[in-house]
Amino acid sequence: MTEAASLTAAAAAARIRAGELDPAELWHGYRARAAADDCNAYTWVAPDGDPPQVDREAPLAGLPVAVKDLFCTAGVPSQAGSRILAGYRPPYTATSVERLANAGAPLLGKTNQDEFAMGSSTEHSAYGPTLNPWDRSRVPGGSSGGSAAAVAAGSAPWAIGTDTGGSIRQPAALCGIVGLKPTYGAVSRYGMIAFASSLDQCGPLTRDVTDAALLLGAMAGQDPCDSTSVGLPEPVALPSRQDLRGVRLGVPEELSGEGIEPGVLASFRETLDRARELGATVEPCRLPHAPHALSAYYLIAPAEASSNLARYDGVRYGYRADGVDDLLSMYTRTREQGFGAEVKRRIMLGTYALSSGYYDAYYGRAQKVRTLISEDFKAAWERFDFIATPTAPSVAFELGAKTDDPLAMYLNDFLAVPMSLAGIPGISIPSGLSEGLPVGFQLAGPAFSENALLDAAYALERSIGFDAAPWRHAA
Amino acid sequence: MLSREQVLHVARLARLELTEEEQRRMSEELTKVLDHIERIGELGDLADVEPTSHVVAVENALRADEPRPSLPAEIALQSAPESDMSGFRVPSPGPAPA
Repeated sequence: MTEAASLTAAAAAARIRAGELDPAELWHGYRARAAADDCNAYTWVAPDGDPPQVDREAPLAGLPVAVKDLFCTAGVPSQAGSRILAGYRPPYTATSVERLANAGAPLLGKTNQDEFAMGSSTEHSAYGPTLNPWDRSRVPGGSSGGSAAAVAAGSAPWAIGTDTGGSIRQPAALCGIVGLKPTYGAVSRYGMIAFASSLDQCGPLTRDVTDAALLLGAMAGQDPCDSTSVGLPEPVALPSRQDLRGVRLGVPEELSGEGIEPGVLASFRETLDRARELGATVEPCRLPHAPHALSAYYLIAPAEASSNLARYDGVRYGYRADGVDDLLSMYTRTREQGFGAEVKRRIMLGTYALSSGYYDAYYGRAQKVRTLISEDFKAAWERFDFIATPTAPSVAFELGAKTDDPLAMYLNDFLAVPMSLAGIPGISIPSGLSEGLPVGFQLAGPAFSENALLDAAYALERSIGFDAAPWRHAA
Repeated sequence: MLSREQVLHVARLARLELTEEEQRRMSEELTKVLDHIERIGELGDLADVEPTSHVVAVENALRADEPRPSLPAEIALQSAPESDMSGFRVPSPGPAPA
């Protein structure tokens, strides 16, 4: 680990601006580290050669970014972890990636993920599982596991991912880094290969809260190419808050007890004590419908996915099955051979939930439960500024532990999906270790409260003082 | 319990071919997942609850109706498994139904 690579992105950017660090040297260093990565975090790394031209005065000062595979990047493989998109090089670039490039963050590499972002372990990738840099026999979480592992291993200064039902926050927690899912609509979804369009949102995975704010600020904004994007009401400010005086934290009973490992709960409670020491009030609260969020999520997300993934038919791009001479067989065989087991499961589940005779009992009902969950949060905001929960119910689990039991894998998401259904922002920060593995602490706030959320997370982060570098813990 | 017949019906709707083994597993796994999901039935009558399809209040996000260049045909066709002249080439849908 060179000295430059051990800096946070914001600190490296400050050195570059001061003329103390050469952005070309930084690029070569990270490129070499990404190319030598041994966690299978990357599906593509920028080729060796001339470093991209960067403007030292640009907001991101040339700090290269690792990008989840499902973001379209012109001329660069964008396969969403799927065989059905093997070798696909899109003709255009996602708005968020373009905005980062314009702000001075060139593309370092594409990161591995669960196929079409369906998974919580990055084991459902057609390109092999990603390993957790803290313990290579364990998963990094998912679906943005490649982005999380790249940042935790120090092979990228920062990364972006997508979160549909926890896919930024959970891998960030399991890899001991910061992950932020912004309010739905804060960042454009244009050029993100769609999973569930009413839930998908892109956000940063970073070494600390300041880096998350910096990256979010460069990505957020309304985009004419995504009519559901609205941007943020005010520019993202760099967090500076030193205490939590006057901040009211609600701890939902439904999301802070049952189903959570004791070591995770211990770290969670310790962090609540820190919040109190910083001046916050911490009180229990109720989100009565939260126990049903997972069910609603696993109807709504697969239903939307079954519709979104209808486009993979072997006609316009991607994989096509050989040796079929009629159109219908070409569709069905292409999809049989191109999709992995988890994606097929979700397509089946979603198609079933939308099918005649089942629509009202499943999809229709799930949409109503979604309303009830949003109302639970709205009621909570009358008494609290933020909701605090652990991010994930366990630390990183062993590779293969849950791949044969889809329901066990889905249950991993129960602390993350309520926020997704309500469209509100959530941030995971590392709160400590349990059994030598990182634990994530989640703070969620009202829609468009990103600045306040980042500020509160920053104050907690400073108090916790977590060292997000697995190689230093191993030493 | 999701029967093999239901699995095949849904697979047909989803344009998915499934092997025998996949049909068996799908029936087992989806049954288990649906058993969990069906707990939303416990919430009782939700007739008075409005469904949520979208979380952010956005109405009529319109732009000016001005022509602008779009992806040129040759670039749009570049990733196609098979193309011919200016279109995507696909196998025949077969003879028209009688």
